[in-house]
Amino acid sequence: MAEMPKATSQQLADEFMEAILNLPDGEKIKQCIQCGTCSGACPTSHLMDYTPRETIAALRAGMLDRVLDSNTMWMCSSCYGCTVRCPAGIKLTDVMYELKSLAMKHGVRPKNVTTPALQEAFVAEVEAHGRNAEVGLMRRFFMGTNPFDGLRNLGLALAMKQRGRLSLGSSSVSPEGQRQLKAIADKARGG
Amino acid sequence: MARLFYPGCALEQSGKPYEVSTLAVAKALGLDLPELRDWNCCGATAYMGTSELWGLALAARNLALTEQLGADELVTVCSGCYVVLNKAAKYTASNPALGAQVNDALAAAGLTYKGTVRVRHLLDVIVNDVRPETIQAKMKTSLAGLKVAPYYGCQIGRPFDDFDDSESPTTLDGLLEAVEAEVVPYPLKSRCCGGMLMSTSRDAAVTLVYNLLECADRAGAQCIVTACPLCTVNLEGYRRQVAAKHGKAYDGLPIFAFTQLLGVALGLPRAQTGVDMGLIPAEPALTAYL
Repeated sequence: MAEMPKATSQQLADEFMEAILNLPDGEKIKQCIQCGTCSGACPTSHLMDYTPRETIAALRAGMLDRVLDSNTMWMCSSCYGCTVRCPAGIKLTDVMYELKSLAMKHGVRPKNVTTPALQEAFVAEVEAHGRNAEVGLMRRFFMGTNPFDGLRNLGLALAMKQRGRLSLGSSSVSPEGQRQLKAIADKARGG
Repeated sequence: MARLFYPGCALEQSGKPYEVSTLAVAKALGLDLPELRDWNCCGATAYMGTSELWGLALAARNLALTEQLGADELVTVCSGCYVVLNKAAKYTASNPALGAQVNDALAAAGLTYKGTVRVRHLLDVIVNDVRPETIQAKMKTSLAGLKVAPYYGCQIGRPFDDFDDSESPTTLDGLLEAVEAEVVPYPLKSRCCGGMLMSTSRDAAVTLVYNLLECADRAGAQCIVTACPLCTVNLEGYRRQVAAKHGKAYDGLPIFAFTQLLGVALGLPRAQTGVDMGLIPAEPALTAYL
């Protein structure tokens, strides 16, 4: 990845708000009352450096860069519990997605967090086939992070294989479909 | 009305028992589910966390193809695919500016999405279109006496409560009761299984799975019934890790997709129910019904 000049906290916050406001109900983030319902609904907030409530507080305090360097959004499992309970109608799960996207874009990779590597492996697998072969995804992911962790999953892979639930090859979209996916990617990533 | 089927990536592999039983049950119920030709991966959480616009556009290609073929419903059995495809359909409809951006990306591929596709989970189609009473009428094997914990997971009802409650869903309960299974109270029915955290934060996900298994076990369930291939793998595939951390492996607690139990109740050949493809043996839980 090319060296990118480090963005200031204000630049990150501006970029983040622009992305959030582009989404349905994005403006509702301004109506957060800091009640903490999101953090209470979250199955993993106790493992986050900053809870969902604290994340919005940090944004307001001009400290989004701290959240971006944390494990917070990478511990989000996309269960949407916060989103459906927020009394202000804030789509917290989308907020987490935008934080992930911002971190990916700026190359922020907190220590001991492997989700960016998993996302990259996932995208690479889909770029190759238009679909996601589980074996291919896991091979890319573990080779890029810790091959020994991959070995620990061999038992599960073999058990799946024995029951006809694992194939080494994967089905693919047609060559025309591949071309379409590439055009979509080029346009959506650039725009 | 024309429906197309979106299998999704997991269904062809780890979700094979779910695929086999889905296709067999659909056939037995006279539900026509031709596969969407040349479908692509929905993008899942990985694309959403890389670029929401890219993720929505990737998912929307499937909606554009569905529309092109003259169908107005796209049906999936994977809650992960369901939420992403549905998000693409709803966000492009409710936010015209975002819809235009998605269509700009599709246009680069010579495609367009006008916004006419309804994304549905098969559970919704079976409960609200086929109807439980139809299934009851076709039932060959009553599941009476089988204690089941209905596990909905997150994304089937959140954030979109299109056909059931987002916190306390009941459609699966009703369907299982229609084939006379005993549905145990399962308060964690829509609590998270950990999703992809099983790969990236295993310790956290193992405890979430433990909570779900322990809750079902305490309620006296003999099996857990799911509606998502990803939840299924998390619940059945990491028992060793659950035992190492929490001291119990729940050896007698198999996991079945709802279509597998419907297949058993409809008297389908054993191979078509996929019950022998589970990582936790189907017997003794299902011995009396097979």
